[in-house]
Amino acid sequence: MSVIANLFGRSPIRPMQAHMQAASECARAILPVLEAMATGDMDALDQGRKTVDELEHRADELKHEIRRHLPKRLFMAVERRDMLEILDCQDSIADVAQDVAELAALRHMRTPEVLKAPLLALVESAIATCAQSECVINELDELVETGFGRHEVARVEAMIDKLNGLESLADERAEQALRTLFSIEDEIGVGAYYWYEIIQWIGDIADYAERAGNRIRLLIAN
Amino acid sequence: MDVGFFGIEVALALGAALAFYMAWAIGANDVANAMGTSVGSGALTITGAVLVAGLLEFSGAFLAGGHVTNTIRKGMLDAVLVEQNPELVLYGMLAALASAGTLLLVATRYGLPVSTTHSIVGAIVGFGAAGLGVDAVAWGKVGQIVASWVTSPLIGGVLAFLIFGLIRNRVLDRDKPIEELTKIGPFFFFYVFFIMGLVTLFKGLKNLKLDLDLPEALAASTALGLVGAAFGVVLMRRASRRAGEMKDDADQFRHVERVFVVLQIMTACAVAFAHGSNDVANSIGPLAAVHSIVTTGAAATTASVEPWMLALGGLGIIIGLATWGYRVMETVGKKITELTPSRGFAAELAAATTIVLASRMGIPVSTTHILVGSVLGVGLARGIGALDLRVVGSIFVSWIATLPLAAVLSVFFFYFFKGLLGS
Repeated sequence: MSVIANLFGRSPIRPMQAHMQAASECARAILPVLEAMATGDMDALDQGRKTVDELEHRADELKHEIRRHLPKRLFMAVERRDMLEILDCQDSIADVAQDVAELAALRHMRTPEVLKAPLLALVESAIATCAQSECVINELDELVETGFGRHEVARVEAMIDKLNGLESLADERAEQALRTLFSIEDEIGVGAYYWYEIIQWIGDIADYAERAGNRIRLLIAN
Repeated sequence: MDVGFFGIEVALALGAALAFYMAWAIGANDVANAMGTSVGSGALTITGAVLVAGLLEFSGAFLAGGHVTNTIRKGMLDAVLVEQNPELVLYGMLAALASAGTLLLVATRYGLPVSTTHSIVGAIVGFGAAGLGVDAVAWGKVGQIVASWVTSPLIGGVLAFLIFGLIRNRVLDRDKPIEELTKIGPFFFFYVFFIMGLVTLFKGLKNLKLDLDLPEALAASTALGLVGAAFGVVLMRRASRRAGEMKDDADQFRHVERVFVVLQIMTACAVAFAHGSNDVANSIGPLAAVHSIVTTGAAATTASVEPWMLALGGLGIIIGLATWGYRVMETVGKKITELTPSRGFAAELAAATTIVLASRMGIPVSTTHILVGSVLGVGLARGIGALDLRVVGSIFVSWIATLPLAAVLSVFFFYFFKGLLGS
C-alpha cells in the first residue's frame, strides 16, 4: 500500500460529535420519564426508561468504537488526552441519565405536587446545557478546518461562556429543587433520600455537559 | 570495445527494457503518491489526475530532468575510473537497473515503502564499490545525497507549516475568507509559475538548445509568472463567483475549500512536473550511461540524454499509470479524505518547491518522503485531524534497509551481467 495513504489516520472528531449527540439525546429522553413521574403514569415511565436504556447503549457502542480508533501513534490536531477526557464527560451524561431513569422506574416514583415545577425547570435547564455543549463539540471540526484561527476560537469561546451561564442556571434550579425537597422532608420520609439523589444526578448531567465544553477551552488554549 | 558472446546491441536492448520497466513501476506506484493527495481532496478525478500526471510528468522529465540524470549517470562515481573501465560501468548500470527493478517488484508485492531513488543510488554505490573499488565511489557526493534524504522532508515540512500558517492568517481566519483567497490566490500562481520556470529555464533547456543565463532566465520566469498570475486571476474569480452563488453561511468553509480546489489543481500539476524532473531520471540515468558507452565506447563523454530515452521513460510512466497507477490512486484517494484542498495545496506547494530545487541542484531525492514531510508539516500546524506516525517509522526503516539491500543486489547482478556479456 501507498505510504501516503497509510499516513492518514481516522480523525476522531466526527465520531466524537456523533457520541455527543447520542449522549445529549439520552439527557433529552429523561424529560418524558420525569413527566410520567409527575402524572403517575407508570407504563409511560417504564417506556421512558426503556428508551433511555437503548440510547445509552448506542452511546456506549460509539464510545468503544472511538476508543478503539485512538491508538497512541496517532498525531492529532486535538490531543488524544483531551479527546479521551471529553469522551468521558459525554459518557457520564448518558450514564447518569440512565441512572435517573432506572431509579425512577424501579421505585415507581411519583413526583410530590410541590416538587413538580422545580424538578421540571431543573430538567429543562440540564437538557439546555447538554444542547449547548453539543453545539460546542460540533464546532470541533470547524476549529480544525480553520486551523484554530482567532475568529473561530473567539466564536467558540463565546459559546462556552453561554454554556457556563446555562450550567449556573441549572445549579440554581437544583438548589431550588433541593430547598423544596427539604421543606417536605418530614412528609415523604425515606423517599426524600431518593429524591435527593434524582435532583443531584440531574444537576450532574448539566455539570458533565459543562465540563465537556470547558475541556474545549483548554484544548484551544494550547 | 571488446564485447562478449551476445554483442553490444543486446546490452542496449536490455538496458532499454529494464529502464522501461522502472518507468512503468514509477508510473504504477510513485505517481499515485504524488497525485493521490489531489484525488483524495476531490480536486481532481481519477481520469483528470491520470491526464495531468501523464502530461506534466513527461514535461518535467523532458524539460528539467537533466540534472538528476547527470548525477545518476556519472556524479556518484570517480570520473577517471569510470573513463578507464567503460565495460564495467556498462554491466554496473544494467545491474543498477535490474536490482532497483527487483526491489520495486518486491516492494509492490509486499507493500513496503521502498523509494525508487534510494534503490538506484544504493545500487550504483554497490556496483561501484564492488566492481571499480571502494575508492571509485564519490563518497562525498553520496553522503550529500543521503543527507538530503533527511533534510529534504524536513524542508518540505517547514515550508508546509509556514504556508499553512499563511493560509490560516490570511484566508481562513478572516471575515470574508473567499474574497481574501481570491485576492491572494494569483500570488501563489505567480510563485509556482516563476519557480517552475526558473528551474527549467536557467541553464536547463540544453535539450532544446536553449541556454539562458541568470538574468535572461529571471526575466523569462517573471514573464511566465505574470502569465500564470493572470491565468490565476481569471480562474480564482470564476471559482469564487460560483461559490458565492451557493449562499448558506453555515457551511462557508466548504465554499472556501471549493475555491481552494483551483489552487490545488495548480500545485498538483507542479508536483507532477517536479516528480517527473526528479524521478524519471532514476530510469533514464542508467540507460543514458549504457547508451553512451555502447555508442561511443567511452563512459565519461558528455553525450546528452537522447530524446528517445525521455520518450521511453515518459511512455513507461503513462503505461504504468494506465495499467495499474489509476487503481493505486483510487485507493490512496479514498484513504485520505481528511486532506481538504487547502491542506493538500499547502503540502503540495511545499513539496513541489523542495523537489524542484533539489533536482535543480542535481540531488536525487525521494518525492514520496518529501510529500510525507510536507503533510506532517501541515499536521504540526494543527491542520489535519489525525496522522498515523507509524509511517514515519516505516520510512526510517526503509532508509536503513533499502540502501544496503539495493547495493548487495546490485553486486550480484553486476557479476551476473559481467558473466553474461563480458568477454
